[in-house]
Amino acid sequence: MKGRSVITVNASPAAVYAQWRDFERLPTFMYHLESVRDTGGGRSHWVAKAPAGTTVEWDAELTDDIPQERIAWRSLEGASVGNSGSVQFRPAPGGRATEVHVELGYDPPGGAIGSMVAKLFGEEPNQQISDDLRRFKQLVETGEIARSDGSPLGSRTQNLVHQHDAHPHDAHPTGDDEPGKGELDATPEEARA
Amino acid sequence: MKATCWMGANRVEVREVPDPKILNPRDAIVRITSTAICGSDLHLYDGYMPTMEKGDILGHEFMGEVVEVGPGAASKVAVGDRVVVPFPIACGACLNCERGLYSVCENSNPNAAMAEKAFGFPSAGIFGYSHLTGGYAGGQAEYARVPFADVGPLKIESDLSDEQVLFLSDILPTGYMGAEMCDIKPGDIVAVWGAGPVGQLALASARLLGAEKVIAIDRFPYRLEMAAANTGAETINYEGTDVNDALKEMTGGRGPDACIDAVGMEAHHGTGVIQAYDRVKQAVRLESDRPHALRQAITCCRNGGVVSVVGVYGGLVDKFPIGSLMNRSLTIKSGQCHVQRYMKPLLDHIEAGRIDPTFIITHRLDLEQAPDGYETFKHKQDDCMKVVMTPSS
Repeated sequence: MKGRSVITVNASPAAVYAQWRDFERLPTFMYHLESVRDTGGGRSHWVAKAPAGTTVEWDAELTDDIPQERIAWRSLEGASVGNSGSVQFRPAPGGRATEVHVELGYDPPGGAIGSMVAKLFGEEPNQQISDDLRRFKQLVETGEIARSDGSPLGSRTQNLVHQHDAHPHDAHPTGDDEPGKGELDATPEEARA
Repeated sequence: MKATCWMGANRVEVREVPDPKILNPRDAIVRITSTAICGSDLHLYDGYMPTMEKGDILGHEFMGEVVEVGPGAASKVAVGDRVVVPFPIACGACLNCERGLYSVCENSNPNAAMAEKAFGFPSAGIFGYSHLTGGYAGGQAEYARVPFADVGPLKIESDLSDEQVLFLSDILPTGYMGAEMCDIKPGDIVAVWGAGPVGQLALASARLLGAEKVIAIDRFPYRLEMAAANTGAETINYEGTDVNDALKEMTGGRGPDACIDAVGMEAHHGTGVIQAYDRVKQAVRLESDRPHALRQAITCCRNGGVVSVVGVYGGLVDKFPIGSLMNRSLTIKSGQCHVQRYMKPLLDHIEAGRIDPTFIITHRLDLEQAPDGYETFKHKQDDCMKVVMTPSS
């Protein structure tokens, strides 16, 4: 199961690389992630959200890390969901911006976890990566993730069919079971952090 | 607070809703002192724009006083500032904003993925203008949350009245951009389809930019009279007049050098058969927009001329006269207005007395009267041209 997407970010490759390389901030714009912890030595511990409030966890290692150019990683042996990814930073024509190319691959096992992961990543993997990249671009370029009263979560394609009306945000208490409503995870404070 | 909510086609209600809050660091909250109903709000009211949700707060032409500022905007805007808010929400940092293309800001539409599917690439967020443009609460309310408050809002530091500067939020820059896109040269004749508020201000702007003659095309005598009286326009009432013949007569047979479509997707009149065709196809959603004014603006334009489209379209049209456009070397320019680009220069024009947009205001209402305002404006009752509303608090 593979996905890929690309976006152009109006910043230098050095700046864009630095923001991505700060793995612990990835969940700020990758909404399927709950946390990433840098465990040192090029290794990290990833926790992803799964349906019904559960999580999927794995350890990963860097397989490539070329400043301003490329970062690649893969899950370590024993991960319940084998996965790998890479991001490349290429100067855009004219040299004023950076093209960010992302590829992700998942190797879900059979059984319940496999179908859960397939559901998480499999329906529209390119769209999910595209959403993530749009939020990454917003963070780098503007320091925040665009959110409105109708889309308090920012751009998340799978929630677009569950739009709120455009009333001020606290018209919609979190915690009910409409998709997305209980997941106000990337708060303005986090976006600013 | 009180806010004007879209409750379905041809239904708005002023309802009590929660006050807006700062959601992002660069937000500000504005207490609204004046707000207007835009012709493009009628596309929402009439139910022609997709992705409206029951309860959405309408309004994208508003101004007021800043009452709260997020930490990311505090260097540029302060509590107590009197500001006009531009209708497109723009970050000021992306490549498009750097090019001055604020209405196609790459970062302000949370529903960019939806807009991308509809349009190919997404457009910017807009206050109170459907979920395709972000699902932002609008400004026909007592308060509004203004994202990127360090970029968009224009501070008014002189003692100009609200009415003199309110239209910097949309229709004055929109009319001006419509005229600017015409690339007006000395001796040029500019024809404007639609003598509504944007059309009036496009006519006035074309004069300001040096057009020798401006021509207004509409079917309501009061609108044509207003254009003639305030912009010096010659007029054509298309009911009972062949527009093409009249324009040729007025231009020595050449056709206007530039044609501005200030009508958009709900054009009223066509030749009988084509109008019936558009109405039927639009009713069954096979065609989303009725492009009669645009078709006519193209076929009437002189060879090599410019067709400037500021009337709002939402989707697809039929019978687009591409043959006339291509074979006669026409240029089409278009866009939702990049308001931020024009606010300051137009404020200078207002302060210097070179343009005064207040002549279009015909109705002054309390916010609570918004439903009446929409009905009166939609049906052009009581010679309605422009409705400005004031929250009572």
